[in-house]
Amino acid sequence: MTLEITLPQLLHRNAQQMPARAAMREKDRGIWQPYSWTQYWEETHDFALALAAAGFTAGDKLAVIGENRPRLYFAQMAAMTLGGVAVPAYQDAIASELAFVLDHAEVSVIVAEDQEQVDKVLSVKERLPHLKLVVYDDPRGLGDYDEPMLKSFVAMQAEGRDFGTAHPGYVASIVDAGSPGDLCLFSYTSGTTSRPKGVMLTHANLLNAAAALAKADDVRSSDDHIAYLPMAWIGNSLLSMALHLWVGFTTNFPEKPETLLRDVRELGPTIALAPPRYWENTLTAVLVRASDASPIKRRLFSLFRNIAERAEMRRSAGEAVPVHLRLGVAIGEVVIYGPLRDQLGLRRARWAYTGGAPLGADTFRFFRAVGVNLKQVYGATELAGLCSVQGDREVDPDTVGRPFDGTELRIAENGEVQVRSASVFQGYFKQDEATGGALTEDGWLRTGDAGFIDRRGHLVIIDRARDVGKLADGTAYAPQFIENKLKFSPFIGEAVAFGDARPFVAAIVAIDPTTVGNWAERQNLAYTSFQDLCAKPEVAVLVRGEIRRCNGMLPEAVQIRRFLVLNKEFDADDDEITRTRKIRRGFVAEKYASVVEALYGGRSEVELAADITYEDGRKAVLRSTLAVVDVDDGLAPARPELVAAQ
Amino acid sequence: MVGAAANGSANARDELQLVVDGASKRFGGVRAVEGVSVAVKRGQIASIIGPNGAGKTSLLNMISGFYKPDTGSITFEGQDITRARPAEIAALGIARTFQNIALFAGMTVLDNIMLGRHVHMRSGVLSSLVYWGLAQHEEVAHRARCEELIEFLELEDLRKQQVSGLAYGLRKRVELGRALALDPKLLLLDEPMGGMNQEEKEDMARYILDVNHHWGTTIILIEHDMTVVMDISHQVNVFDRGRKIAEGTPAEVQSNPAVIDAYLGAGSHGNSRGGREAA
Repeated sequence: MTLEITLPQLLHRNAQQMPARAAMREKDRGIWQPYSWTQYWEETHDFALALAAAGFTAGDKLAVIGENRPRLYFAQMAAMTLGGVAVPAYQDAIASELAFVLDHAEVSVIVAEDQEQVDKVLSVKERLPHLKLVVYDDPRGLGDYDEPMLKSFVAMQAEGRDFGTAHPGYVASIVDAGSPGDLCLFSYTSGTTSRPKGVMLTHANLLNAAAALAKADDVRSSDDHIAYLPMAWIGNSLLSMALHLWVGFTTNFPEKPETLLRDVRELGPTIALAPPRYWENTLTAVLVRASDASPIKRRLFSLFRNIAERAEMRRSAGEAVPVHLRLGVAIGEVVIYGPLRDQLGLRRARWAYTGGAPLGADTFRFFRAVGVNLKQVYGATELAGLCSVQGDREVDPDTVGRPFDGTELRIAENGEVQVRSASVFQGYFKQDEATGGALTEDGWLRTGDAGFIDRRGHLVIIDRARDVGKLADGTAYAPQFIENKLKFSPFIGEAVAFGDARPFVAAIVAIDPTTVGNWAERQNLAYTSFQDLCAKPEVAVLVRGEIRRCNGMLPEAVQIRRFLVLNKEFDADDDEITRTRKIRRGFVAEKYASVVEALYGGRSEVELAADITYEDGRKAVLRSTLAVVDVDDGLAPARPELVAAQ
Repeated sequence: MVGAAANGSANARDELQLVVDGASKRFGGVRAVEGVSVAVKRGQIASIIGPNGAGKTSLLNMISGFYKPDTGSITFEGQDITRARPAEIAALGIARTFQNIALFAGMTVLDNIMLGRHVHMRSGVLSSLVYWGLAQHEEVAHRARCEELIEFLELEDLRKQQVSGLAYGLRKRVELGRALALDPKLLLLDEPMGGMNQEEKEDMARYILDVNHHWGTTIILIEHDMTVVMDISHQVNVFDRGRKIAEGTPAEVQSNPAVIDAYLGAGSHGNSRGGREAA
């Protein structure tokens, strides 16, 4: 499929074809304020003129940093309008991480949401030799800044209009000259193993994926989408920018991240994409609230949950649903499922995607059972986001569905999934060697995932190919596969499995504070802090039970034999996981080398000195003694203590 | 609206907005405030510091009309308000918050802040009941102003929540919102950071500075946290036992021997009371 159009050309076309329709809605001062396609185009147009006046030209890079705000989209589109490249950055990254990406991408203009982001940028401006201009959206607190590079978005647009008067027709002629093969987006990978890499994508790359997705799932211009995912994540760029422009639906911007759940409920989006974590957290919240409800409501909930899940299991196995179950589901729809979907803001959702990592079968079944059309998708930043999706009638928690039209799949000899389509990226910016490693000689993308294609033609992903290791006796094991089985337990937040060249599999577990805290309250188990809770022998027993259950689903050779409950959560600020919440396995193994030794050394406890970083950047050392637990054995107590904080 | 105050001429900026001249207040034999004079310029942040019982809150109560001074006078923008009733004073543009939070616990954040707009509402009972014409128009305009304040104070996620369910620091913020809803020219804050943790204090200090900056509102602040007071005040008044013992810029006050001696507790009197406050 070849698409002879660029994103700005699409925007211009939409503004002409449906000028008054709402392109965006932003909740401001408690009211959803619409922006028409005409406004989207004009705001972009004026900002593009301002960029042009400031010397921004084809090939220049513009970064946006912040939560989803319409102006950050105007800015990205304005950069593309002039033939430049948009570089969305992670809004929660600390200044030094930001500096790496902004410097590496050779960004000359940064559009920041507010004072917080401006402060981060200005604190590292010495490291950004290409930087010429910093533009802010929200002026609050920025009145006194004495920084010649700093300008407000509104002031920029005013300058742009002056420039436009002097150069009539400037933007229109540049837009028309754009080519679908031009680079338009650098999407930085979150870097599980190394520094982030800048994935270079063209208009054609993005629009090919958008068009394929629109076709696969019948996306309509009447759809409502909520932009809330990190702007730097490719999934967001694909849905909130490329698909948005391609289909012409309405993208909605929540008031603040804190109001997201309420805004989702108010709006009722018709399509949704969320990482597995979102669905897991939502299910946890539902279960916690259900267990706090009055006894009658609690019974009703568990009765109808049971009915729905039994019906769903029959349906997914392709069996007929008996009449009494169908009757139960019909009653449940009125009593429980409908109101529940309404509470979750999913009442109008035609479909919802989960992607980025596997989702637990239990969670998956629950949402499908209560009538949410939840489906798994698969993709990669190097493929402009997505490349496969499950059909409505063939949903299965173990697969990621069929490839899009125009996407070819093959499995290499080493088990790696390889993909070829018009969405395959143009390379990593300034990293030719890495680019060479990611593409085969005949132009297929090495996804780095190990997987296979099942009898129905569905793709099944097992693990990251390079993570698949062998135990000392040669048994192959996939750590992520094991970790995902562990994480399906509501009590386990994160887990890291070890075993490469070792006699057995062992794991470090970080518990989920909400569910375990709630469980402890129910058990009348007193605790002071999260560290204290983690160190409770009762919690170790709880986790051991969960691991035993998980072992039941694993082949005997790769069952978990020993584990340790960590006294903190894995944290992106400590570099243990990425901003997209993927475990950085190598780093964790190195950081917790003493724990790994204890797991395999037969010792029953281990002294751990962990460097932790507070939110304000202060560092402290947390010293504690943690118990190593045999899955089939008794327990030793542990005594954590905070020794030194500086 | 209040925005005009910020753009006043240089002359208006230097003008004394509030003048308390020789005010005294006694309760039976207790001399709460004795012959105190305080002058505050338009657009300034003036702090009042001093140990418990020094007469700080009593002074605020006299300015806002809750107490009538026994002697002395209070002038606001050239108008004598010594004997004015609290409602009249509020109508003139003086708003306040309280040391121990005075909100309607059973009402939402939005409704509490809307209450602050009451002083600006003109429609009668009847037209309010039928919610038509002026009443509807007014309601929309006032709601818009409240939403501005909710955004300013970052309370968007709480606007429909009952105040009774909120944490202490948040309630203080709501109370500030209600005072701001009056569009005050002068804002009296009685220990706005009392009982807060460090992070909440920093947030509150930022809001106070933003109010002062954004709308040019004059602020009189009673606060015990010396770091905050010295950081954000233009002018500091030091009280002890009902009298004012010093005034000046934060730097001047900190180096004033009388203050160090009597209040900050240099130890020359072995004054345990001052020592705690200064900490």
